[in-house]
Amino acid sequence: MTIAEVAAVRGAGGASGEPAIETEGLVKLFGATRAVDGVDLVIPRGGVHGFLGPNGAGKTTTIRVLATLIRPDAGTARVFGHDVVREADAVRARVSLTGQFASLDEDLTGDENLRLLARLLGYPRAEGRARAEQLLAAFGLTDAAGKQVKKYSGGMRRRIDIAASIVVRPDLIFLDEPTTGLDPRSRNQVWEVIRALVRGGTTVLLTTQYLDEADQLADRISVIDAGRVVAEGTPGELKASVGTGTLQVRVRRPDQRAQARDLLQRVLGVEVREQSDPAGLTVGIGDAGPVAQALAALADADIGLAQYALGQPSLDEVFLALTGHTAESVLPSADSQPSEETPA
Amino acid sequence: MTAVASTPTPTASHWTPDTAAVHEALVAGARPRPQGPFAASATFGWRTLLRIKHVPEQLFDVTAFPVMMTLIFTFLFGGALAGSVDAYIQFFLPGILVQSILMITMYTGVALNTDIEKGVFDRIRSLPVWRPSALVGALLGDVLRFTLASAVIISLGLLLGFRPDGGPLGVLGAVGLLLVFAFALGWIWTFLALRLQTPNAVMGWSMLVITPLTFGSNIFVDPSTMPGWLQAFVDVNPVSHLVTAVRGLMHGQSMAGDVGMVLLWSVLLVAVLGPLTMRRYGNRS
Repeated sequence: MTIAEVAAVRGAGGASGEPAIETEGLVKLFGATRAVDGVDLVIPRGGVHGFLGPNGAGKTTTIRVLATLIRPDAGTARVFGHDVVREADAVRARVSLTGQFASLDEDLTGDENLRLLARLLGYPRAEGRARAEQLLAAFGLTDAAGKQVKKYSGGMRRRIDIAASIVVRPDLIFLDEPTTGLDPRSRNQVWEVIRALVRGGTTVLLTTQYLDEADQLADRISVIDAGRVVAEGTPGELKASVGTGTLQVRVRRPDQRAQARDLLQRVLGVEVREQSDPAGLTVGIGDAGPVAQALAALADADIGLAQYALGQPSLDEVFLALTGHTAESVLPSADSQPSEETPA
Repeated sequence: MTAVASTPTPTASHWTPDTAAVHEALVAGARPRPQGPFAASATFGWRTLLRIKHVPEQLFDVTAFPVMMTLIFTFLFGGALAGSVDAYIQFFLPGILVQSILMITMYTGVALNTDIEKGVFDRIRSLPVWRPSALVGALLGDVLRFTLASAVIISLGLLLGFRPDGGPLGVLGAVGLLLVFAFALGWIWTFLALRLQTPNAVMGWSMLVITPLTFGSNIFVDPSTMPGWLQAFVDVNPVSHLVTAVRGLMHGQSMAGDVGMVLLWSVLLVAVLGPLTMRRYGNRS
């Protein structure tokens, strides 16, 4: 597909030029909890935008507002220029939800679920059946078409979820933690599918707790913590914003590691940390310039290197620097249901 | 497609993404006009029927339970309450029909709450179709279950000696009126389903509503033996009007007054609870 064709597909959805998502001061309260606490976003069309943050950070609540499932308590949100409260139907016609919060009917078969959605979305009976067949085949689920969805494996389940979300090609798809709980192979499959969606001109908003997932897929990332956007940029920019890269060195003979450490510390003038690997050393560096010099010094001292690598900090390190805690730490969930309600 | 089943069934988990096919399927997704209110309601009704196909246990509630109730009340109380089983069943069958159908309307609410709990609800709400259609469709699908239950109970009644003087037309009219009221009553359960957190809570609250409505009526006995305050409740209870109308229609009497009251109550229930339910539906978190 040429760039012009991609542009044509992207433009086909409606008024072009509007960002896919635009929010101003978005707030959502659950009782006293400010689940979303003043989120400002501008997400352009096309590509993958990542929402990164721990459980309870407000990612899911923000998406539920954007998908018109709940109304914001303050602020505005527009999807392709349509207000999520006043023009909810126009928004619903353009977006698709998937993942943990927009489930299929598990008692029905995969085929029945797809046909049901195709009918609701306006396919006549025969075309709906054909569309279901096409989607099942594209996602490798033809053999499981007649099986109840509750009997699908985790990976199959994610695929049928995504298939159900593209019965009508959405302009924007919300993928809520699409690979949580999947084995590495199924995870790669889902990533391939997401890349195919992007090539088809759909804007993808991806929430994830996995930093490598955001790193792999996202063009831009919003880091969300405690209901706010604490940082935004490309993965590279985010990494650069916390400063330094790292030099990783692995000596051939572990007994030379101490000597190598002293030498690097002298040449580079910064602290060198010993890794748990008995031959490994890590140096935080601000500037890659002196690195060649340092490696030359090691060679002069007859210290053989098994390998060395110069890299940016990982998003894990970025997340820690931005939020003061690691991505794995689980906060009290603000995304969960509000407390018990009884009829008045 | 020619299926050669010699290779072990490629369990769909051994899948290499065919991104070209995914891409093609994606861009082939035409954008037809979503279904209108009526068609979307019918499609959601179809979903209810598909669910019956896959979870046939649902039919157990609408068949075995009413049969049991009919047998118990007819034989246990028939002699004591009306002198003979035969005399009692003429009076009682229309009543137990109403009671059974109204009891099983509660499953509508339980099913909706289960949808919410499982996340199906959010998928449905994110679709660009007329929002009440999901609820209307579910209620319409349930009306089919109620029809089936009515057929079972009336057939059993005929076996036990029930002889409606109103003939088939009277019986059909009575069942039709009952289904209208059952559809309207369903909005109470959908409203509760959207207010409460778990299917069990919905069941509990529904029992609390349905028990006085059915027992505090003229289903089982003539209210003339009841204390005055209870008679007052029975008199205003819409279920009493429904039972009187169903009984009358089945036995060939003209029941314009009670039929009118039942229809009025049905309209009121939908007019009040419909909007309340939909307001809740639009913003359930």
